[in-house]
Order: sequence, then structure tokens, then C-alpha cells
Amino acid sequence: MHGRVNGYPADNRHALDYCPRALTDSPSAKPRRRAFDWSTAIIAGVAFSAAAAVYWRDGREHFLDVFGGDLTLFVEMLPKVLAGCLIGAFVTMILPRELVARWVGHESGLVGLLIASFFGFLLPGGPITIYPVAGAFLAMGADAGAVCAFIVSWTLLGYTRALVWELPFFGPHFVIWRIAGAVPLPIIAGILARMAVRAGFSYEDK
Amino acid sequence: MTLAINILLWLIVAALAFVTAMRGRVLLNDGARTGIGEFVRLLPRIGAGVIGAGFIAEIMPKAMVASWIGPGSGLLGVTIATLGGALTPGGPVVGFSIGSAALKSGAGAPQVIAYSTAWALYAIHRLVIWEVPLMPARVVWLRAAVSLPLPFIAAALAMLLAQP
Repeated sequence: MHGRVNGYPADNRHALDYCPRALTDSPSAKPRRRAFDWSTAIIAGVAFSAAAAVYWRDGREHFLDVFGGDLTLFVEMLPKVLAGCLIGAFVTMILPRELVARWVGHESGLVGLLIASFFGFLLPGGPITIYPVAGAFLAMGADAGAVCAFIVSWTLLGYTRALVWELPFFGPHFVIWRIAGAVPLPIIAGILARMAVRAGFSYEDK
Repeated sequence: MTLAINILLWLIVAALAFVTAMRGRVLLNDGARTGIGEFVRLLPRIGAGVIGAGFIAEIMPKAMVASWIGPGSGLLGVTIATLGGALTPGGPVVGFSIGSAALKSGAGAPQVIAYSTAWALYAIHRLVIWEVPLMPARVVWLRAAVSLPLPFIAAALAMLLAQP
């Protein structure tokens, strides 16, 4: 909690405001999501219109071809999606978030960035659970570089998002290829953030 | 390959379930119920997106997609895709549907990677709705600023690794 990181006090008051809920809430106490999802409704509406246009323009046979192809991809990916959901749920049960925050908070240098990236890959959950954890890192003494590496890693390398969302849409070849190219990105983000801080960017709200 | 991935994933599930069970039967039940609940809840969204993307791809103007963000569009295509990603509103179902529809109707894979990377890292509405209320604002802006070059690096690395 104490000490200075890159010249700034490590115990960021604002981060402290954000962290307790994220770290004490049990995963089952996640805020309820909206029952109606606008994104899905809009995509479903556009998709329905597109499907009608394809049926009208190209005929029934082509319509069924397209439908069958995508349905097959979707069904083939279902076991992986279920596995992704279960892995996420079990990891949430096993890995206490305060331990992760402490671990990331106490490391610095390149090792700090590597550890932050690793936990970004490992920690499951949506934005509601991830961003407060990142805020808590600051409170535990991590620097902005580690926080950036963590969030970028969670966004680009996180396996739950890849398994549950990306895989059914793009298939395994594309996803593995994309992730292989994304491996160095969290570290690059962390280094850039540290350079910005060293150049005088203050990330504390005044 | 997809069978190998399935086996690997379910071995991981089994190992994690075992570790969870060691800590208590209740925890195991809780975890399984949460995971399956999440799966059931997400199923209709992903299904609508995946099947919808196929039809959206069919009606996209293929010649335009290919000339703007096709495999031969190079850096300009990557830039257009990055801008598109930053401006795409909505949840994951929107971003992934558009990305996969574009890929199916002739976009280049590195361009689609730039699109989805930009969309995941700095879709503007998401920064405002999710990140700023949950984190110190200046860290959010720093995070977004250092993310700016990442879609370009991602596309470049993807080109280097070449399509499998």
C-alpha cells in the first residue's frame, strides 16, 4: 500500500474508492445484467432483413446453403463455448482476486508487466469485474504500465472472450493466428504507458 | 484440430473442477451452475450473431469491401478498419458480427484483425460507459492513448506470421 511508483504515491485514493467492492463481492453477487440486450436486438433485426433479402434475391436453395453453413460452424463451436464458460466460472472460484491484486501490485519492471499480462489472460469475467480489479492494482502499488498491460491483455488475450465469443464467429484457425500476433501487445502497451509517465504524464486525478 | 482443442479444453475443465471439488462440494456445484447459466444466457446472442453474420456478408457489396479493406488494401485498409473499429458501438455481438461478415465478404484477415483489435481496445462508447466509471479517469485515457498503435502492430504481426 505504501511507497512510490514512478514518483507517484502508490496508494491512489481513487483506486481505493473503487477496489473494495470488486475484491469483496462474491462472483455470484455480480450485478444483474439487463434482461434486454439492444446490441443483440439490432444485430438480429439487421440479420433478419439480410436473410430476407438473400431469400428474395438468390432463392431458397442459396438461403438454406448460407444458413446451413453458419449453423454447422455455430454447433461445432458449442462444446468449446461451454468449456470456456465453465473454465471461467471455476477459475473465478479458485483464484481470489485480492491475491492477484497483491501479486501484481508488488512487482515492478518487466517482470511486473509480464505478471500483469499473465493475469489479464487468466482472469475471467466481464468489464464489471475486470476494471475494478485493475483499479485495485493501483491501490496495491502497481504502476500505470502494469494496469495498461493487464487491461490490454484481458481484452486481446483473455481466453474466455476468445473461446466464448471469437471462436464461434471466426473459427479456430483465425483466432489462434490473431492471438499469436497479439501476444507482445500488452507488454508494448505497458512500456508505452511507462514512457508517457516518465515524460511527465500524471495519472492521478488532482 | 478442432477435436484436439475440444479434448484439451475439457481436460482443463476437468482439472479445474477437480481442484474446485477439493475445496468443497458446494463450490463445485456453484461453479458448474454459474458456468452453465452463463452458457445458456449467451447462447441466443452468439447464435443470432453467428448466423446473422453469414447473411449480412451475403448482402455486403463485395467489390467495395475488397477495395476498401481487402487483402490488397495494405496500410490504408488497416487504417480504415481501425477507424471503423473505434467507431463501432454496441456489445460484443455487434463487433464480432461485423468483423466476421466483413471477412466472409472479402476483407483481408489483417484488416479484420485491426478492426477487432481497435474495437476491443478503444471503441469510444465503451470507454465512456464502462471504463471511466470503474477506474480513475486519467488512467483510462492513458490506457486508450497507448492502445492507439496496437491495431497497426497487430495487423503487421499477423501479416508476418502469415495466414495458416
